[in-house]
Amino acid sequence: MRFLRALGRLWLVPVVLVAWEAATRLAEDIFFPPPTTIAARMHEMWFSGPAERLWLTDAALENIPTSVGRLFAGWLLAGVIGVVLGVMLGRSALLSRFIDPLVQFGRAIPPPALLPFFLALFSVGAQMQIATIVFGIVWPILLNSSDGARHVDRQHLETSTVFGLSRSQRLFWVILPSAMPKIFAGLRLSLSLALILMVISELVGSVNGIGFQLLDAQRSYDLPGVWGTIVVLGVLGYLLNSVFLVAERRVLSWHRGANRTT
Amino acid sequence: MTGRSLLDNRLLCGAIGIAGLFCVAELAGRTGLIDPIVFPLASTVVGRAVELAADGDFLADVVSTLGAWAAGLLLTVLIAVPVGFLLGTLPRVESALRPVLEFLRPIPSVALIPLALLLFSDRFDMKVAVIVYAAWWPVLINTMYGLRDVDPLAKETLRSFGFGPLAVLWRVSLPSTAPFIATGVRLAAAIALILAISAELLGGGSSGIGTFILESGSSTDALEYTVAATIWAGAIGVISNSLFTLAERRLFHWHLARTEGTR
Amino acid sequence: MLEISNLTHVYGGGPGAHHALGGIDLKVAQGELVCIVGPSGCGKSTLLRSIAGLLRPTGGTVTLGGKPVERTPDDLAVVFQDYSRSLFPWMSVGDNVALPLRRKGMDRPRRREAATEALEQVGLAGAAGKYPWQLSGGMQQRVSIARALAYRPALMLMDEPFGSVDAQTREDLEDLTLRVRSHHDMTILLITHDIDESVYVGDRVVVLSKAPATVAGDLRVDLPGPRDQITTRENPAFVHLRAEVGRLVRGMRNDPAVSS
Repeated sequence: MRFLRALGRLWLVPVVLVAWEAATRLAEDIFFPPPTTIAARMHEMWFSGPAERLWLTDAALENIPTSVGRLFAGWLLAGVIGVVLGVMLGRSALLSRFIDPLVQFGRAIPPPALLPFFLALFSVGAQMQIATIVFGIVWPILLNSSDGARHVDRQHLETSTVFGLSRSQRLFWVILPSAMPKIFAGLRLSLSLALILMVISELVGSVNGIGFQLLDAQRSYDLPGVWGTIVVLGVLGYLLNSVFLVAERRVLSWHRGANRTT
Repeated sequence: MTGRSLLDNRLLCGAIGIAGLFCVAELAGRTGLIDPIVFPLASTVVGRAVELAADGDFLADVVSTLGAWAAGLLLTVLIAVPVGFLLGTLPRVESALRPVLEFLRPIPSVALIPLALLLFSDRFDMKVAVIVYAAWWPVLINTMYGLRDVDPLAKETLRSFGFGPLAVLWRVSLPSTAPFIATGVRLAAAIALILAISAELLGGGSSGIGTFILESGSSTDALEYTVAATIWAGAIGVISNSLFTLAERRLFHWHLARTEGTR
Repeated sequence: MLEISNLTHVYGGGPGAHHALGGIDLKVAQGELVCIVGPSGCGKSTLLRSIAGLLRPTGGTVTLGGKPVERTPDDLAVVFQDYSRSLFPWMSVGDNVALPLRRKGMDRPRRREAATEALEQVGLAGAAGKYPWQLSGGMQQRVSIARALAYRPALMLMDEPFGSVDAQTREDLEDLTLRVRSHHDMTILLITHDIDESVYVGDRVVVLSKAPATVAGDLRVDLPGPRDQITTRENPAFVHLRAEVGRLVRGMRNDPAVSS
C-alpha cells in the first residue's frame, strides 16, 4: 500500500519524460536528443557488457569505481580532518579565536580556483583530485563539528565532571555523541560537494573517471553521451544521498527519538 | 590582567593567527623544508597579490567574473523566489513536482558546464546559465521552508479583517519569509562564485579570474600568480559573505531576536 | 563529614555584582539526610555547585571527609533537577547508569551487574535496554538516582530532584529516597523549595535566607519512622515543623541567634 502510494506520487515523472521525448523529436535539435536516444547511448556506454559482469561494460568498470573511489577517499579524509580540527576548535575558545579568520578565509576560496595549483603540486592523478576534494569539502564538516562540540549542554558536561569521567571518556562518551547530529549534517553536505569536486577535478586533470568520460563525449560532440553522463552523475548523487540518509537514521535514532518526546 | 584582556580581543588574536601561518609558511620555504620551486614563498605570494591589485588586466578579469556572478545571482532570485512562493502556497503542485525536483537536484552542477559550453556560443551566457542552475536550489528551498514557517495566526488575523489572499501574501507571507530568502541568497552567492570560476577554468573564454589562473599556468612563475589570484578569489568570497551577513543582520534584526529568544 | 565554613560567593564584579552566598556555616554528620530550603533565587544552587566542585566560591571553605574541596570529589554524586539534560539521550538506560563506573576500573560484566542492581533498587528492573527518552519523567529521575546509587558515593547531592514531576510521582520518589537512604549508609543533601517535602524527607532542615544567603534556621526533624505520606503528614509534630519552616522561609521571624 505504501509502495503504491509512493508510485502514485511519481505520476508527473513519466508525463515529463513523454513530453520531453515528444518535444525533442519535434524540434530535432541535435543539442537536445530525445530521452530514448540518451538511454540507448547510456546502455551502449555502460550497460552492454556480458551478463556475468552484471552487464557492465569495460568503460563502466574502468571509470565508475575509479571516480567513486576517489570521492570516498577524499570524503573520508576530509571527515577525519574536519572532525578532529572542528572538535578542537569547538572545545577551545582560545584556539578558535586564533584560527577562526583562517577558517573563514579558507572556506571562502572557491575550490576550483585551487585546481591549477594542485595540478602543479601533484600533477595529473588521484592525489591531485583527492587534494581538491578534501580542500573543498572539509569546511562544512569542520564548521559543523566545531559548532556541535561548542554547544554541548552544560548539564551534560557537569554530569560528566561530577561522575569523574576522564578527559578521553568525556570526549568519546559525551562531547562526540552530543555533536554527532551536527557532524552528520556537515558530512551530508560535504558528500554532495565531493561529487561536484570529483567531477570538476576529473574534467580538468584526469585520464579516467566519469568526469573524463563527460569531457571526452563533449570533445567529440557526442551529445547523447554528454546528456547520458550527466544522468549517470545525477543517479550517483541520488544514491549517495539516499545511502547516507539511511545510515544517518540508524546512527542518530536516539536524536530523533529524544526530539520527538521533549 | 592585561594579558588576559589582550587574549579576549578577537581581532588581535585573528591577526596573530594569520601572521603565524604566514611566518610558518615563509620559514618552511626559507629553511628548505618545502622547496620554494614546488611551493612559492609566502612573501613572494603576498607580493604578487599586491601587484595584482594594481594590475589593470587582472582587475578587468575580476570585474568580468563579478559581472557574471551578479547577473546570475539576480536572475536566480528572480526565478527561484516566485517559483518558491508558487510551490510553497500550492501544496498539490509541490507534491507533484517534488519527485522531478528530487531527481534534478543531485546532478552535480559542474557536470552541466561541458553541456552548456556546447549549447551557448556566448561565454557570458554560458556562465550565467550554469550559475542559475546551481544557485537556484538554496534560494528555492529556503523560500519554501520559510513559507512553511509563517505564523498561521498572523494570516488568519489579517484574513479576519477582510484582506484578500494577495494582501495576506504581501503583508504577512513575504515579510516573514524574507529572512529565509536572504539566507538562501547568501548561500547561493558562494555557490555562484564557485560556478563562475569553474566555468572560466573549463571554458577558457576571454576574461575572468578562472581564465587568468588558467592562462598564468603557462608562464615560468605561474604558481606565484595562481596562488595570488586564488587569495583574491578567497578575499572576494569573504567580502561577499560578510556583506550578505551584515545586510541580513541590519534588515532582519527582528527575526534574529525572535529565533534567539525561542532557543 | 561535610563542613562548610563562612562560604561566600559573588557573581561578577563592580556595581552589578550579585552576592549569592553571604557566609554560610554548615556541618553535616555521616549518614544524615539534610534538606536545604529557601526562597527561589536565594543561592541554593550556588551552594550545591560549590560543594560539588563545579564552581569555585569566592570565599570560605568546603571540606568533605576532612579534605578541602577544590575539584569535584571522587565519592560524590549529584542528582540534577533536569533529568532530561542530565541523562545522555544517546545511551541506553543501562549504559547511562554504568558509565561513571568505568572510572572505578570495573570490567564490563561487573559494571553491568552493578547497573542492574541499582536499577532494581529504584524499581526499574527491566528498563536497562531502553533509552531515557522512552521513559516517563518520573522514571527518568529514578534512572538518575540509580546512576548515583551505583556510583556508591559517600555524599549524594540532590538539586531539586523532584521539581519537574507531577505530585503523585513526587511522593513516590520521596519515599524511594527514604528507602534507598535506609538501605545504604549514605549522606544526602537535598535541595528543595518545597517546605512540606523538606520536613517529610529530612532529618534536619536548614533554611537559607534571601540572597546573599545565610543560614536563617537549622531545625532537627524528630518524626517517628518509618515515615508515611498519609500518617506522617497528619502528625502534629509535622504540622508544627512545617509552619516553623514556612515562617523562616518567609523571613517572618527575627531570630537574633541566626543572623550571621
